[in-house]
Amino acid sequence: MKKFLKDFYLLLIFLFLYAPIVVLMVFSFNNSKSRRLWHGFTTRWYIELFQDADILHSLYVTLLVAILAAALATLIGTAAAIGIHNMRRRTRSVYLAVNNIPMSSSDTIMGVTFMLLFAALHLDKGYLTLLLSHVTFCVPYVVLNVMPKLRQLDRNAYEAALDLGATPYQALWKVILPEIRPGIVTGAIMAFTMSVDDFVVSYFTAGTTSQPLSVVIYSMTRHRMTPKINAVSTILFLFVLVLLIVINMRQVRDEKRRQAQKGGRT
Amino acid sequence: MNQNLVDLIDIRKEFDGEPVLKGISLSIRNREFVTLLGPSGCGKTTTLRIIGGFETPDSGDVLFDGKRLNDVPPYKREVNTVFQRYALFPHLNVAENIAFGLRIRNIHEKDIQRKIQEMLELVGLRGFEKRNTTSLSGGQQQRVAIARALVNQPRVLLLDEPLGALDLKLRKDMQIELKRIQQSTGITFLYVTHDQEEALTMSDRVVVMNHGSIQQVGSPTDIYNEPENAFVADFIGESNIIDGIMLEDCKVCFCGHDFECVDKGFATKEPVDVVIRPEDLRIGFPGDSQLQGVVESIVFKGVHYEMMIRTEHFTFMVHSTAAEPVGKTVGLSVVPFDIHIMKKSMEDNR
Amino acid sequence: MKKSFAYPYGVWMVIFILAPILLVGVYAFTSGDGHFTLHNFTYLPGYLPVFGRSFWLALISTAVCLLLGYPMAYIMSQLSASRQSLCMMLIMLPMWMNFLLRTYAWMSILENNGFLNQFFRQIGLISFLQTQFAYPLDYIPLINTSGAVVLGMVYNFLPFMVLPIYTVLIKLDSKLIEAAQDLGAPTHLVFRRVIFPLSLPGVISGITMVFVPSVSTFVISQMLGSGKYLLVGDLIDLQFMGGAYNPHLGSAIALVMMLLIFLCMWVMNKFDDGTSEQGGLML
Repeated sequence: MKKFLKDFYLLLIFLFLYAPIVVLMVFSFNNSKSRRLWHGFTTRWYIELFQDADILHSLYVTLLVAILAAALATLIGTAAAIGIHNMRRRTRSVYLAVNNIPMSSSDTIMGVTFMLLFAALHLDKGYLTLLLSHVTFCVPYVVLNVMPKLRQLDRNAYEAALDLGATPYQALWKVILPEIRPGIVTGAIMAFTMSVDDFVVSYFTAGTTSQPLSVVIYSMTRHRMTPKINAVSTILFLFVLVLLIVINMRQVRDEKRRQAQKGGRT
Repeated sequence: MNQNLVDLIDIRKEFDGEPVLKGISLSIRNREFVTLLGPSGCGKTTTLRIIGGFETPDSGDVLFDGKRLNDVPPYKREVNTVFQRYALFPHLNVAENIAFGLRIRNIHEKDIQRKIQEMLELVGLRGFEKRNTTSLSGGQQQRVAIARALVNQPRVLLLDEPLGALDLKLRKDMQIELKRIQQSTGITFLYVTHDQEEALTMSDRVVVMNHGSIQQVGSPTDIYNEPENAFVADFIGESNIIDGIMLEDCKVCFCGHDFECVDKGFATKEPVDVVIRPEDLRIGFPGDSQLQGVVESIVFKGVHYEMMIRTEHFTFMVHSTAAEPVGKTVGLSVVPFDIHIMKKSMEDNR
Repeated sequence: MKKSFAYPYGVWMVIFILAPILLVGVYAFTSGDGHFTLHNFTYLPGYLPVFGRSFWLALISTAVCLLLGYPMAYIMSQLSASRQSLCMMLIMLPMWMNFLLRTYAWMSILENNGFLNQFFRQIGLISFLQTQFAYPLDYIPLINTSGAVVLGMVYNFLPFMVLPIYTVLIKLDSKLIEAAQDLGAPTHLVFRRVIFPLSLPGVISGITMVFVPSVSTFVISQMLGSGKYLLVGDLIDLQFMGGAYNPHLGSAIALVMMLLIFLCMWVMNKFDDGTSEQGGLML
């Protein structure tokens, strides 16, 4: 009974979280531009989508910026985490405090500050400004995911590697990086997700020729929304869903294999 | 009239199809200090957790004062636990950790304060009430954990390897301390450890466990002097365990010699384990001894020397206050009383 | 020697995090021709209702998120490992559908002719209200209410409440729960005296992660409140990107906003310290 109530609660919350998504996906197949009346099934929005240069371009911008921002943020953030980890307490807390600012300050304010900065630097809004701002709010996620892994690391592991004749760089590559890799991967995935999902910062920093999907959607919500947007979002969403299911299944499989090995040994 | 405080009756427990307890039956009397002793994975902690109420047995009964306790949740049992790594509440200070159980039972604030003071006094932590538990040393945390459990005046205190995380010197001090606390409070202690010395020092009775079953129950002296099987002999103190064959009552053959012994009741030609404590072997001249061998190594152990002496069939560990040089051929003898004959156990536990 | 690895990021932070904040300060205290002025701040009293509304709606959303999110995180933390990772996935997944679109979809659900009102009509709720209570409308107003704005905030930021609490709860040492049971605490007291106080850091960071974006959002109020409920975020948007273009005034508003948020967080952390020092006595 208690378990039933708990499951029911989870179900309600997920219903709440997924209701609008279901609406969006269903109406990407609606044979009309209406967003609440059903006029029959069609796939025409998916076909038209691939002829719509503007939407495809904005999708390209979104993915390009997300990939570049995640890659750069992972590089900068991992290096920074290793550096911060080895700092003395006081410097470390200063670094971490500043690192926390983008995470704990609001998107709106962040977007505005970037806008002022690029104006002051006489940088025209475009790919570069978009990328720079995305990297800035992505790095903290990488740092925050890598730091705990570094803390778990045996302090002696690095010294043991040096003791066994590895140069500091070899020790880094062969001992430290493999150990903290799960943190780096999670950080990179989070950075990528945050970049794709972002609207507010992009809104303040993107130029007219470098508008990511979210900014294009925003301008459409104020004028005329096309179901093509539903279609492109559905594709993106299903792609991620399949990816996550594959990852999840691999995890479950690994877990089972580990259990089987454990069972076999005893 | 049941004099026992806790009775375990044929307790069985499996984890993932793996039997952990294979029918444990044990009685604990009031005011007793009982120790469950065994190597890791022998089921001693599971036994403790079943009494504490954190695990339910697959079959068998737990009786408390003769009443069945199987389905009573932990918070309704008159039993408290000192956890292995103390499990002190990090968000509460020393006094509030100790007061936790009292506050649950809505005891009057004045009494709470008085009891906290009594407990701090008992465990030697006066003046520590406002301290943060995370700032305490291992030994101090240990004392808080004991105080936190004892303040509830449990009928039985369960201690799960409570000294495992302390260094040697502190461990010795705490052993004496725990014994003192047990005697002054008169609370029944059920203690779990893998350290045989700890078990022998503190306990009224020792329960030796291995592979989920009880090997022997007895006083520390009984356990040490009269081990019931080779496992107990080997686990408690050091032992030479030799394969032998029983020839007839009071006569056993091992290492190619026949020896007089005091054990009876074995079948003729029955294979047995012969156990001889290292301190029971006497070194003499090769000529007039039962066995002869060569000294292979010698280590000074503080009170005695530990020598490995290789004979034709077996290398014996011998404890002696006199040193013999490595390479010297010596004689070895043992009196019949010190030869312990044991049935071969069904499974090889060594 | 590896300290130097962090230096590039140090420089990056100075340029892209600290300098921009400083710029906001500079803009707030200057006029269009670059002279020092306090003039920008003289407009602020007029915006007091907007600030008040923003903080009030954000406060309600945060409270709702906490009430919905804590049980969620708690239930999740007790599931088997594989179901936990499934739930985590299900919580993160909606983020991959653009948040504007998800909010936009709520418009379809909440509109006067939207799915919810269609549903109410189907089950006869509307006609029931009309006949029994002389209800004047043929729909229940859902969209363009402050409730809709709160719903939008809760919908978008709920995961940020669940995740930090969940993270703290799964790290909780199960031995502590056993210790509390051992000391006589039944389930509800184990929760009140041990689990909840120990999960406070997660609650605090959840509150921060929901409150801050709620208080400064501008899209949600535009879409679900049709601009009727102007929020501080909308004000800032107007000054920087909209018709009222005036980055100096915008900066002044943003600066005050930052200070207010900072103040809230500071009070909150004080509160957190207070509870951990006093122990569970407050509960």
